[in-house]
Amino acid sequence: MAAKVPLLAILLGVLLLAAGLTLAGYDAVAALGALWNGAFGSWYAFSSTTLVRAIPLTIIGLGIALAFQGGALNIGAEGQFYAGAIAATWVGLHVAGRPPVVALPSVLAAALLAGGGWVVVPVWLRLRYGVLEVISTLLLNFVAASLVSLMVQGPLQESRRIYPQSDPIAMTARLPVLPGTRLHAGIVLMLLAAAGLWYLFARTLWGFRLRAVGAGPRAATISGRIDARRMAAVALLGSGALAGLAGGVEVTGVSYALFQNLSPGYGFTGIAVALLARLKPLGVLATGLLFGALEAGAGAMQREAGVPAVAVYVVEAVVILVVLLADAAARRNLLRTAT
Amino acid sequence: MTDPVVLIGGFLAAAVRVATPLLLAATGETLTERSGVINLGLEGMMLAGALAATLGASASGPWTGFAVAVLAGILLALLFAAVSIVAQADQIIAGTAITLAAVGLTGTVYREAFGAGGAGLTLPTLAPLAVPGLSRLPLLGPALFAQPMPTYVALLAVPISWWFLFRTRAGLLLRATGEGAAEARAAGVRINAVRTAATVAGGAFAGLAGATLVLAQVGSFAENMTAGRGYVAIAIVVLGRWHPIGVAIAALLFGAATALQFVFQAIGLAVPYQLFLMLPYVLTLLALGGAVGRVRAPAELGRG
Amino acid sequence: MTVPPALAMRGIAKRFGSVQALRGADFMLGQGELHALLGENGAGKTTLMRVAFGLVRPDAGEVAVLGVPRAVASPRAARRLGIGMVHQHFTSVPELSVAENLALAAGWPVAPMPLRARVQELGERYGLPLDADARVSGLSVGLKQRLEILKALASDARILLLDEPTAVLAPGEADELLRVVREFTRAGGSAVLITHKLDEALAVADRVTVLRQGAVVFTGAVAGLTAASLARAMIGDSESLNLSPARPPADASGDGAVLVRLDDLEVPRESGYGLAVRRATLGIRSGEIVGVAAVEGNGQRELLRAVAGRLQPLRGRREVAGPIAFIPEDRTTEGLIPSLSLTENIVLGSRHDDPWIRRGRVDWKVARGRTAALLQEYAVTAPGPDVPAGSLSGGNQQKVVLGRELSRQPRVVVAENPTRGLDLRATEAIHARLRDAAANGAAVLVYSSDLDEVLALAGRLLVAARGSISEVPAGATRAEIGELMVTGGR
Repeated sequence: MAAKVPLLAILLGVLLLAAGLTLAGYDAVAALGALWNGAFGSWYAFSSTTLVRAIPLTIIGLGIALAFQGGALNIGAEGQFYAGAIAATWVGLHVAGRPPVVALPSVLAAALLAGGGWVVVPVWLRLRYGVLEVISTLLLNFVAASLVSLMVQGPLQESRRIYPQSDPIAMTARLPVLPGTRLHAGIVLMLLAAAGLWYLFARTLWGFRLRAVGAGPRAATISGRIDARRMAAVALLGSGALAGLAGGVEVTGVSYALFQNLSPGYGFTGIAVALLARLKPLGVLATGLLFGALEAGAGAMQREAGVPAVAVYVVEAVVILVVLLADAAARRNLLRTAT
Repeated sequence: MTDPVVLIGGFLAAAVRVATPLLLAATGETLTERSGVINLGLEGMMLAGALAATLGASASGPWTGFAVAVLAGILLALLFAAVSIVAQADQIIAGTAITLAAVGLTGTVYREAFGAGGAGLTLPTLAPLAVPGLSRLPLLGPALFAQPMPTYVALLAVPISWWFLFRTRAGLLLRATGEGAAEARAAGVRINAVRTAATVAGGAFAGLAGATLVLAQVGSFAENMTAGRGYVAIAIVVLGRWHPIGVAIAALLFGAATALQFVFQAIGLAVPYQLFLMLPYVLTLLALGGAVGRVRAPAELGRG
Repeated sequence: MTVPPALAMRGIAKRFGSVQALRGADFMLGQGELHALLGENGAGKTTLMRVAFGLVRPDAGEVAVLGVPRAVASPRAARRLGIGMVHQHFTSVPELSVAENLALAAGWPVAPMPLRARVQELGERYGLPLDADARVSGLSVGLKQRLEILKALASDARILLLDEPTAVLAPGEADELLRVVREFTRAGGSAVLITHKLDEALAVADRVTVLRQGAVVFTGAVAGLTAASLARAMIGDSESLNLSPARPPADASGDGAVLVRLDDLEVPRESGYGLAVRRATLGIRSGEIVGVAAVEGNGQRELLRAVAGRLQPLRGRREVAGPIAFIPEDRTTEGLIPSLSLTENIVLGSRHDDPWIRRGRVDWKVARGRTAALLQEYAVTAPGPDVPAGSLSGGNQQKVVLGRELSRQPRVVVAENPTRGLDLRATEAIHARLRDAAANGAAVLVYSSDLDEVLALAGRLLVAARGSISEVPAGATRAEIGELMVTGGR
């Protein structure tokens, strides 16, 4: 079952896209070709659009996988991303004199902390009052977006005071870039995070216990003597931190400044990324790449074949739905065949 | 210096105007969540309704627009119901996927229909319908009784949904489904049918809300124009404690918080408008936290 | 011209999987009669009544209501025939009001004023008043029970089937309830009272039927019966038995160290209100197997979980030597995680000194090897250590749980219904394991709702009745034990 379902889902999604495009009068082959080229057609396309898009998606996906494994539904990755981006920008503007070895880690650490901090209130509400984190994290997305708007039109606005964006951050606070491309060192962080999470789940007792909490909270409590609530809370905090880190990475690696709509919905696409990878860290690397490719290719598809880039969201949605349905069917099968 | 009465009157009118689509969507979502289903696809259904209304109205007038919008909401709701109620897949993720699909579909179809240049269609917006006599009341008059049709629909939906939930047998069955599915099933209630019906109703309202945005307010479609209003509606349901009256008050509060910025602008106070945008969400979070008493969701909410 | 019985059931048979729940049982309920249906857990009483209420379709036999043969196909059909059932578990929606639940159950219109009046009228008519607007979740257990009965009565039931209605009630509430049922029958209704409690049956019933292992072993008028004779019928012969015929070799008659000590322990109910265990004082020595005999719901679950450290006591002293092995009653929700593999389930109960744990890391290869060895040792039929636990049969799942818990050389073993739903072979295997554990010096505390099982395993016997834990004197007969379970020795 392992890889079949996601692959099937992608195939279905692409087929549906092709069908829809044809119905709408587009040249489906050309469109799909443009999609492919935009994602993988050249070294530049791959490194500077696909991979660059994949990095924040993957980091957020890893965070969401972490939370979901513990049974906590973090829908607020978008807001945590922005919190991290704000913190990274602020610190990045204030470390001008410092050497990179100090500046960069400070900026990224600030992003991590801000992302984790952004989820503290939902965590507290969950622990103390049993409030559904789905709703509390969701609400904070809006607050974060407004906060960004406030910052870039206020305290963090550029010195010229014309556009709603911040000044570029200090040179020393920027991630090094692979020459000839726009691929930044965030990819290293992404790989480290994936490796770290893989190690956590595959090798550590804590990671296993978290999985147990998500898979069977009652048995985990009774037989595993695990404090399920505390573990889920920690997972949520880690999830927020990762999403915040993604925001910091985006600021220090791509935009070098803060402005509105920095995220084209990473927080929500990240859910698809995590889910499609069945919440496995190494799988998230693959699905993050896939969705990065889809979104990178979508841009090319729009430029060259005239197909609106947003059509790619339909593919993503189909992928999610197929995986969901397969999961639900598998669960019903397990119940039926158990003696 | 603006006349304070005119100022406040304008503020109230703006509050009600902003609140209308939110109230419509939230009322529908109240029914849905009372049956135990959380519909994160609401945003997508609203957006689909907005586009459908644009297309329908440009073809043959506003009433067609509304009708098509409701239909669009219902169709998406049926899809959501099929995945999350019948197939019992996770509601949260299914809803998110629906919204994602709607964003993609509406964006694509819009560009298809109106070209990528953005020379979109502008439709005449519905004129306000003044209720004779009542609309002359000071302050409240223009706010509540000189609004376009959808506002009256939204306001009427409040007592009607209240009456439905608490004074009809069907409403009792719906509430039982959301508070104790196992017990309701034991009493012979067909859980899936009730939940599907409630979800479809929510979708219809969401479509209507989207249509309102286009046909009664903005006058045209723009990609992603709902800008999170569907999620705001969900927050409103929580803030309103899943009760139609509470939801109405919460929706008006949201509308007021947003409209407040105009007041401040008018009187020359340079308060960042973003604070007003944030205010309702912070209020909801506080309410969730028990600052305004313990919030209790329907017991079955979110559980397959 | 004889009056037809309210309910006549003949030759009812029903099998669930490998268990024959009913073997050709006959049951006759006269009109205006209060009939007690007695038997131990698993005797088939509830199943028989569920057949009458249309919840279960019998494999054989027929049912007649008021002399007319009927196929009671569903609860709705039963209600239409005037049969109402009050279940053991509450079926009201907790967050709705009393009135709303009644409207839901009885199909009444929802308009609040007439509804409230109807609720009041119903309550007065049967002497079971309830506040129509009260939310059910805030009601006491006794009042919730009252609502259940009102729900049955609201549908104009003439035949009431009550499943262990007093099991969760305090003595005062129980008397109230029985008085009401008595009133109901005096007014012409007919009622079946499923119960364990001998004194209850003797006190209120007109006739009594005793079921044992799915068959009727006695039926007759209550007049002239004694508790002893009834108990004998319920649980078998009356010879004095040697408790635990196979005594563990390391006989624990006073030698071993005390590994479990409780002093005046008070344990709350898991569900919230009230005390489940009152002032329990006991000690268990190394090598002993102590059994708990009790009717469900008398505190034995809370006692065991408190000993196992899974439930926090309110007061009193608890000293239990570790490591503690706990075998919970519900293996699929509390013992194992069905979607995880066998190896993962073994690792679930990890302690820092397990061979596959090294400084917070799990060596899965060692864990897998250990699991495979365990599977072999406990004769678990499974393709390998990597299959999901949910794919195993119940017996094999239980063996895995036991393997996990016992392989750690626990000093204390607590087992709740360890052989529930298992066949004879699996049961014997598990009994052997428990005895071995004791032989290796562990203190074993075991509860089973099957008295025979407890008697077979235990060297010492405790009875839990209404939260009081008392010791059964050596040499007690089965009948005496049965009585203690019911009366608590008070």
